Amino acid sequence: MATATGNWTRDTVETRVFGVLRIVTIVLLLIITIFPFYYMVLLSLRPLDRVLQDPGALWVPPSEVSLDSYGSVVAPPSAGGQGFLIFMANSALVAFGTVALTLLVALPGAYAVSRLQFFGRRQISVLFLAVYLFPPILLAVPLFVFFTRIGLRGTLVGLLLVYISQVVAVSIYMLRNYFDTVPVSLEEAAAIDGCSRLGVMWRISLPLAMPAIIANALFIFMIAWNEFLFALLFLIEERDRWTVSLGLSQLAGSIEIPTTVLMAGSVIVTVPIIVVFFASERLLTEGLTAGAEKG
Amino acid sequence: MSTGTGLGPAPTAPRPDPGSPDRPGRGPGRRTLASSDARAGLALISPTLVIVLAMVIVPIIWTLLLAFQRLRLLNLRSSGLFGEFTLNNFDNVFAAPTFWGALATTLAYSVLGTAGAIGLGLVAALALRRPFRGRGLVRAVMLLPYVAPIVAATFAWSTMLNPQFGVANHWGTRLLGWDEPIAFLSQRSSDISLFGLSIGVPTALLTVIAFEAWRSFPFAFLFLTARLQAVPATLEEAATVDGATLTQRFRYVVLPQLLPTIAVLAVLRFIWTFNNFDDIYLLTGGGAGTEVVAVSVFNALTARGDIGGAAAQALVLAAILAALIGLYLWRFAPREERS
Repeated sequence: MATATGNWTRDTVETRVFGVLRIVTIVLLLIITIFPFYYMVLLSLRPLDRVLQDPGALWVPPSEVSLDSYGSVVAPPSAGGQGFLIFMANSALVAFGTVALTLLVALPGAYAVSRLQFFGRRQISVLFLAVYLFPPILLAVPLFVFFTRIGLRGTLVGLLLVYISQVVAVSIYMLRNYFDTVPVSLEEAAAIDGCSRLGVMWRISLPLAMPAIIANALFIFMIAWNEFLFALLFLIEERDRWTVSLGLSQLAGSIEIPTTVLMAGSVIVTVPIIVVFFASERLLTEGLTAGAEKG
Repeated sequence: MSTGTGLGPAPTAPRPDPGSPDRPGRGPGRRTLASSDARAGLALISPTLVIVLAMVIVPIIWTLLLAFQRLRLLNLRSSGLFGEFTLNNFDNVFAAPTFWGALATTLAYSVLGTAGAIGLGLVAALALRRPFRGRGLVRAVMLLPYVAPIVAATFAWSTMLNPQFGVANHWGTRLLGWDEPIAFLSQRSSDISLFGLSIGVPTALLTVIAFEAWRSFPFAFLFLTARLQAVPATLEEAATVDGATLTQRFRYVVLPQLLPTIAVLAVLRFIWTFNNFDDIYLLTGGGAGTEVVAVSVFNALTARGDIGGAAAQALVLAAILAALIGLYLWRFAPREERS
């Protein structure tokens, strides 16, 4: 009985201590995750001279709020701005193109890997995994040479091709996991009713997999929108074709552009991602970790 | 039923005899379906194969060729696919002290960055384990560092850490008693006095490692949270009944269940951190003792136009990574992975 009481007190102490620690940890984690983004928005709303006078301010008084930085970053270079609208259009073009073309390629592929027995099916999964783990910088060298020689360097088409090849493996992986959870009996029932293989895919499997497809599309969109290395390698000489990420990184290197303007640019780059992320957070986390809980 | 074959038109493909007694659905009839499945499968996967082949496999093989040639950006258009083969590039790579320095930096960055990300992710997953109001939102917010565009995240960090008008140095000098602002991203090392001892600390390297932990912990958090949800509550209840305290339950019940997930995470994060280019390039540009091999490859390619040298470095990087992963799998792979 004495040991039981002893354990009980130790347990109480631990429960109390960790109960407090838990709250402290959650608050600290929230601060470190949110603060950089909060700081970004804060600086983008303050005029530069105020930032230099009082760099430690953690709050912007409503009277000081100014949207000039946003005006300056969006305005075209001819009007003295940074031309972020063009960069955003480029990024949107590349990102939406990557999403559409990757899904077009990956959907049939994922269906095949999930459902059909064909020669080399297992090896293909391993191959794709290897692709995903390969250093991108290793691909950068030959692709740089290749695109230079065939004249695709400096074009958005070349970038698009690279992005598709980079995301198609993980896209097939995510979609396959979902197809695996759709009962085969539904497809068999349709096949018995006289549906062809393509008909089964189109009428049964695709509609059932729609949540996974949407999650996958958003995932690809985020990757393509955020990508930096290949954009830097291929597009750096063509200012008109810069993506937002590339544009922001290039302008961040110059001294003439005020930090507040660049912070407005950062907010503009980040907002689409945050919107997409919160719209799809549940779908995405489930799609990514599907099967992870099996251990 | 037994007369089925006799009635219809003669089938072109060999059809099963439906009347054969041993037909529990696994007879020869499945062969035609199987062969048409095989053809359809190959047809459906082929666009993917073509793209991966053209944009990944062929370039990798090409890197092999490039690494053994003296190729510069200037004479790129005039040179052929197969030039003179030479081992010069590798000689230069191995002879250069900067390469070994970059490799050591890469290893330190990968190991510490991975450990930091998984440690922080584990803490976050455990702290957010019990439900409370708004937990869903907090969990989503935890993922922000991972999904945010890398360029924006690095820019926010480098502004925060700026010695002139960064918020970190502003409050550090006022509240924490720093003597002078710290140039987190451009200072190779600084002396920190601890209990009277002065220790040199690689400032910039530690800063980029901290950034890596911040950026990647959501990934570990996400997977550990998913795994925690699958830990059966009955085990912990039983341990509680037997008198195990909170830390004991974690150490002997929860942690063993998380270890396989942690092992997989360690491999994945290590690989990605080892290959990482963006973070360090954007934060420090590879200066102040933070040049990792990926940044060094990029510089060889763009600044010096040394294609052969860049390819050789990239190959050595990939080979070392493959060797490390192979060693890990051979030494530590606990049990066969279920697919």
